[in-house]
Amino acid sequence: MSSHAYIYDAVRTPRSKGKATGALHEVKPIALISGLLRELQSRHDLDTSRVDDVILGCVAPIKDQGTNIAKCATQYAGWDERVAGVQLNRFCASGLEAVNTASQKVVSGWEQLFVAGGVESMSRIPMGSDGGVVVFDPEYLIGQRATPQGIGADLIVTIEGWTREDVDAYAVESQRRAAHARDNGYFDKSVVPVKDHNGVTILEKDDFIRPDTTVEGLSKLRASFAYGTQNGMDATALSKYPQIEKINHVHHAGNSSGIVDGASAVLIGSEQVGHDLGLTPRGRVVAGVILGTEPTIMLTGPGPAAEKCLAVAGLKKEDIDLWEINEAFASVAMRYMKDLDIDHEVTNVNGGAIAMGHPLGATGAILVSTMLDELERRDLKRAMLSMCVGGGMGVATIIERV
Amino acid sequence: MSGFAYEKDGDGVATVLIDMPGSVNVMNADFMEGMEGTIKSLTEDPDVVGVVLASGKKTFFAGGDVKGMAAMPGEGYNKMLTQGVMRGCDLFRALEKLKVPVVAAINGAALGGGYELTLVCNHRIAWDDRSVKIGLPEATLGLLPGGGGIVRLTKKFGLEKALPFLLKGKVVPAAKALEVGLIDETVPSVDDLLPRAKAWILEHKDDPNAAVQPWDLPGYEIPGGDLSNPAVRGLINSSSFKLFEETRGLLPNKPLILDIAVESLKLDLDTALKIESRGLVSLIISPVTKNMMSANFFQMNEIKRGRSRPEGFERATVNKVGVIGAGMMGQGIANVSAMAGIEVVLKDVSLENAEKGKAYTEGLLNKALKKGNIDEARKEEILGLITPTDNNADLAGCDLIVEAVFEKLELKHQITEEAEGQLVDGGVWGTNTSTLPITRLAEASKDPSRFVGLHFFSPVDRMALVEIICGEQTSDETLAKAFDYVRQIRKTPIVVNDNVGFFTSRTIGAQIWEGLQMVGEGLHPLRVDNLAKAFGMPVGPLTLHDQISLRLSIDVAKTQREMGLIKEGENSRPLATELVNSLVAQGRGGRSYGGGYYDYTDGEKTIWPGLIEQYYRPDFEISEEDIKDRMLFAPVIESLKCLQEGVLRSVADANIGSLLGIGAPAWTGGYVQFINTYGLQRFIDRCDELAERYGERFKAPTIVAEKLAAGEQFV
Repeated sequence: MSSHAYIYDAVRTPRSKGKATGALHEVKPIALISGLLRELQSRHDLDTSRVDDVILGCVAPIKDQGTNIAKCATQYAGWDERVAGVQLNRFCASGLEAVNTASQKVVSGWEQLFVAGGVESMSRIPMGSDGGVVVFDPEYLIGQRATPQGIGADLIVTIEGWTREDVDAYAVESQRRAAHARDNGYFDKSVVPVKDHNGVTILEKDDFIRPDTTVEGLSKLRASFAYGTQNGMDATALSKYPQIEKINHVHHAGNSSGIVDGASAVLIGSEQVGHDLGLTPRGRVVAGVILGTEPTIMLTGPGPAAEKCLAVAGLKKEDIDLWEINEAFASVAMRYMKDLDIDHEVTNVNGGAIAMGHPLGATGAILVSTMLDELERRDLKRAMLSMCVGGGMGVATIIERV
Repeated sequence: MSGFAYEKDGDGVATVLIDMPGSVNVMNADFMEGMEGTIKSLTEDPDVVGVVLASGKKTFFAGGDVKGMAAMPGEGYNKMLTQGVMRGCDLFRALEKLKVPVVAAINGAALGGGYELTLVCNHRIAWDDRSVKIGLPEATLGLLPGGGGIVRLTKKFGLEKALPFLLKGKVVPAAKALEVGLIDETVPSVDDLLPRAKAWILEHKDDPNAAVQPWDLPGYEIPGGDLSNPAVRGLINSSSFKLFEETRGLLPNKPLILDIAVESLKLDLDTALKIESRGLVSLIISPVTKNMMSANFFQMNEIKRGRSRPEGFERATVNKVGVIGAGMMGQGIANVSAMAGIEVVLKDVSLENAEKGKAYTEGLLNKALKKGNIDEARKEEILGLITPTDNNADLAGCDLIVEAVFEKLELKHQITEEAEGQLVDGGVWGTNTSTLPITRLAEASKDPSRFVGLHFFSPVDRMALVEIICGEQTSDETLAKAFDYVRQIRKTPIVVNDNVGFFTSRTIGAQIWEGLQMVGEGLHPLRVDNLAKAFGMPVGPLTLHDQISLRLSIDVAKTQREMGLIKEGENSRPLATELVNSLVAQGRGGRSYGGGYYDYTDGEKTIWPGLIEQYYRPDFEISEEDIKDRMLFAPVIESLKCLQEGVLRSVADANIGSLLGIGAPAWTGGYVQFINTYGLQRFIDRCDELAERYGERFKAPTIVAEKLAAGEQFV
């Protein structure tokens, strides 16, 4: 019985603006993810009948993404009918949750081979369009003081005493790093061009990055959540933080994660199945954890999650070579580095979601491919991946090369 | 059962004239039984082609039996209550489902349950008269529009249009009700009501849908759409947070109203009605609703009926009032007096000042004119009542003179001596003060029995309370006249005895100084200030003290020491005193002195950094619960002392005075009612706990143990 969850490969689509004008808007979400399944199949000459399950994160599982898109995608991709599929929703961390769940299943020995990933066509199914408790249940919103995440992001900045310039400078650096990585081919191993039914390429590389971003340019953008001062949201959130005078609203489209379309897939399996199918492991999932933190500020979970993950893995901070934190908002990444006392030099070395976008259900598994590629390029061993999660949760995963 | 009989005319139109025993028709067991019988007969009567619902009273229908509800025991009766409320809903539903059209003939107020009854009718016709008020005011009593009010109005109007009526309890006259669609038709004379209602039924004889509610027709779409509409979702989201800000999460009824309105968007009428009924029950049994109904309804009525007014004196009317001092208070007193139709002489040291005081009223009237609340003639009429002057002789013939000059004993004495003679025989001298003892002020008067304290609150035109203070020699007749004047200017009077700070200033003072004491101890000033808001204060103690001014507090304390009213060494909150002294010494006198605890720049307030540098100790920690309770219990204990010492004459005055005058949180029902639902024993225990941790001042006054031993509550 296997005791390790090996990563045999990790791929993703390029990301493009999640609007009608985005390059991927014309592509159905099922086609986005199925393209990656076919890529895994052809790269490894994969006998898909050996895949037990496809676990996909998707945050707005309605309309084109409804009715369990994971199982639909395996069929659509022409995979063996014995492959199962399940869609899960851990909000923004869904993709990483899929990776952790698949790994746990492999380590348990109950099943052997998985695809873990996610898909989100934010241009087709806008964020929140599935409705739900945090969108339209007054009893919950009022009772739980469940203000939107942007209010929490600005609250973090306020508590830490950071400025608009601080968060904008972080965003500019994310753009610079992402453009540098893309232009130097650091993502090429993972990024699978999206093609139409005729084999014609629709999008080859990330086209969301804005390398010419400057702090001065960003300073012209209006803070997105300033309305919180008028509509009761600030007052609601501050009722939990009586020591704060007022929320400093600094986040805007330029220093928050971009709204994009995209998909991701990671092939995870036991040692035995790899041996049987002639697959060479690129790495393994060492540990993965989830936890909850104060829900109104919502976004402070990643630091504590990373600590918990280190403890589960029996590792120390010094054992981690690279750190990856999903850039939901600039303040989330900054708070993560502060909480863990780690340097920006080893964190998000190739930029993040501020530059490249955050296709909600897919992003977690994208981080796996980004880090695996970079560990290989730098010939390093271990990386920590962390994400903040809606409702006040944090998820973290440690991967290492083998 | 009498009062529910119907008469059928030659056309087959049945008129149900509801005429219950008593002065009004109410929703109680008798009503249910009577209406159930009537509906059964109507259903079984094959000749009936339509029904007119009318009232034999001056009002149409008074709705829920508020008295009956408040008397309901809290726990253990939930099931019985639920069945009772649902029975009422079923009854309304049966009326709604009659196979013939039902028309409401609204001859008088149809509020709350009254309007809900008309909502089950197929058509609503009202007499176009100012006495005919329409609306759902339940939210203002801490309740919700049960009886289908939330569900039907949401289905009828859609969420956006229904919410203001449901949440704000807006009540409108018939004409306005027609304009917004609450009713369908008006008639100019009350005599036209029944004929018109019958005519409508006959006009719709061939309309198969006339007897069916729109929401019972297949394919009915709620105006503005349901949850699939992003605009509706956005409205729900933002309304939720606005409601949190408004209620601070302390008042359950408004969030519940919004929640049930949203459920009404999702569900069929019958299911939504069940949810509404359960929601109403949850409020009836909640301590917050008990508190709010006890204060806003019963005790308010008690006060208005004049429980604190001495008996045996004919109701007095002030025809001419003199107001001396045209500053902030004087100009406000002149305003509210003129608005009540009283001739006002507004006197100041210079005519210019007096005219400035009159201009204040002009400004307010211009605003009202702009809003369309008054017309030019009414403006001129009111302004014509105010005569500015610098001459005492103009005060001749006043029934009442209210002196509202600066808080200086000598000055007030001097003015009394100069102007008292202008009063008519038996006229009353009122002094507006919040800190000086009335008995001492009355020493300058030739007849202290006609001298009384009238403590107005700022801004006078908006604050509903007047604290009437009796000096040692104030006569009952004078008190009765003062009381009548306060009612005449449409304010709410409470009556207290002479004591340092009377009731309101003393009680709010206890809260402010407790907050300051905690800042002196080293708590973060923003935490203290904001946690006061968290338990329902309109503003925190530091913000309030900045408005009152720190320097004024020091001056008042100095005066009171000099007068021997307070003694050295009797300060139970020394750190607060040190804090205020130190801040004033550093030039931080308060908002009007350029800043106090806060800096004020461009209309925005930010905490003064010096306060944090000098006092904040990050290592010093008190739990949030204790911080809040210290600031809540301080005024509660002070109120109890006022009751125990006889400064207050009634519990109702304590509660209404604290609610209207010094911002006691609505959920408490006033600072004394708070103890009733908190529990007397629990209150004593918590006081002991706070006393042990923070000082003897938190010990519960003995009156609480006495009440407990007697098995009584504070009523």
